[in-house]
Amino acid sequence: MEKRVRFKGIWLPILLVMPQLIITAVFFFYPAGQAIWQSLFIPDPFGLSMQWVGLGNFEFLLSDPYYRASFVTTAMFSILVTVVSMGVALYLAVLADRLIKGSGTYRTLLIWPYAVAPAVAGVLWLFMFNTRVGVISWYLGLLGYDWNHVLNEEEAMGLVVVASAWGRISYNFLFFLAGLQAIPKSVIEAAAIDGAHFWTRFRTIVWPLLSPTTFFLLVVNVVYAFFETFGVIHTITGGGPQQATTILVYKVYSDGFVSQDLGSSAAQSVILLVIVGLLTIIQFKFIERRVHY
Amino acid sequence: MTANPDPLAQTAAPTVKSQPDGMVEKRGASLWLTHLGLIIGVLFIFFPIWLAFVASTVTNAEVIRPPMPLVPGDRFLENYREALFSGINAPVARMMLNSLIMAMGIALGKIAISLLSAFAIVYFRFPFRKTFFWLIFLTLMLPVEVRIVPTYEVAANFGMLNSYSGLIFPLVASATATFLFRQFFMTVPDELAEAARVDGARPMRFFFDILLPMSRTNIAALFVILFIYGWNQYLWPLLITTDPSMNTIVMGIKQMLPTGDDFANWPIIMATSILAMIPPVAVVIGMQRLFVRGLVDSEK
Repeated sequence: MEKRVRFKGIWLPILLVMPQLIITAVFFFYPAGQAIWQSLFIPDPFGLSMQWVGLGNFEFLLSDPYYRASFVTTAMFSILVTVVSMGVALYLAVLADRLIKGSGTYRTLLIWPYAVAPAVAGVLWLFMFNTRVGVISWYLGLLGYDWNHVLNEEEAMGLVVVASAWGRISYNFLFFLAGLQAIPKSVIEAAAIDGAHFWTRFRTIVWPLLSPTTFFLLVVNVVYAFFETFGVIHTITGGGPQQATTILVYKVYSDGFVSQDLGSSAAQSVILLVIVGLLTIIQFKFIERRVHY
Repeated sequence: MTANPDPLAQTAAPTVKSQPDGMVEKRGASLWLTHLGLIIGVLFIFFPIWLAFVASTVTNAEVIRPPMPLVPGDRFLENYREALFSGINAPVARMMLNSLIMAMGIALGKIAISLLSAFAIVYFRFPFRKTFFWLIFLTLMLPVEVRIVPTYEVAANFGMLNSYSGLIFPLVASATATFLFRQFFMTVPDELAEAARVDGARPMRFFFDILLPMSRTNIAALFVILFIYGWNQYLWPLLITTDPSMNTIVMGIKQMLPTGDDFANWPIIMATSILAMIPPVAVVIGMQRLFVRGLVDSEK
């Protein structure tokens, strides 16, 4: 689509795009180029020179059991966060959609945790499950369950998943509720007249009609789990215990800034770049024209 | 036009819901079960925040001797005063100011540069216009988490560590905002630009007098989302600010937790957590309509 009416001039528009162009070049393309360039070298132990290793960093990474484990951890983490937050949100949205009055109130009550930063959510959940002072871990102790996410890998994973999913419920709820309310009530009532019960109606009518929303949320939530949960991991577990919660983004940070392994960190950045690229393409290819009722 | 599920339609047209009780609507026991389910959901969402609030109003002795109380104590004023004006590493008031500057800088900066470049792309024909468009598109694929080490080096080379410009500039470019304004400008009737041209108005005059006022709602909606985005940044401030007085509040909380075996000062930490939530939550609740709109717009 193009505008019919245009203003004349070449320098003015170039001047107008300059601020964005400069920022993008300096803080996006140059660093991305640097990451690609650095991924082909390893610095010597004194950081004085760089040695060309070609794809050596990548070969090393892909054969590194820790890096592979981090891939598996990331996959599991993303799936769990997506399923938990979307599941709870869908359940609440279905309930709210059944109400004639009051769904607006619940909406207000449920959407605001969107504004709570993942890192703050991390601190709140860390506080509840803290091994020494946490309220929930204390009550679990009364029940005879010894909670210790500092040592237990599954418990650590469970905690970061719940803390990450918790803040995400709002977002998913909002979109699910909108999707549900967009389904014509007449269709559902027609099914009800035919004697279809709630569960049958949900399975055969609501769920298929909701699938565009579901798919959209699926992609968006995976992106969230991959890239925006750093704060949760950093505050609660710091990637531990034994790297059990070291997702890919966390590993780039800890290898690059904590261990100062620049070649490996750069190679990891490049791999992440490819992953974001794929996710963005999926997002654009499928979501742009995803509704065909 | 994408057919996004549009929460706006629901806010804008409550008439759909005012139809008389449909046969699938529930009454009696079932209605109560629906409410019960929702209330359990709301409680689940609220509980961590309630607990944080309670912890911020009692003494540390009460917190570290579990189980801590579940109703607020009487130390609200003392704890919040201590957090705001002395804090643990730096006064929280100072960290909130840093967060505010960062969030405003990112939100206004993104909006300003995106408005200008969208205006150029839509209303002018200039060399490399398509190239430029694709360059912006590519930035979608470069979240800061992916390019942290080299971006940090750039900021360090510019001497931007521990500075507001270091907190703001690397996060200011935004493909989403540019696309959003481009899309909106496309829907502005051509007659307006035509009339402006016939009247001999210069392009920038048209931009400021006509386009900008027309974009008011879009700008406001986007501002809400970007403000929350900026306020809630974590990784970038963590790298850029080593000086506690330049910490933002969201990243500063973690710095308050002791690393060793010491007991944390939980009431102050929790008061800080509550303070960190207040501005973005107030924005969401106070501007709910704009917030929902911004959320939907920015996902298109």
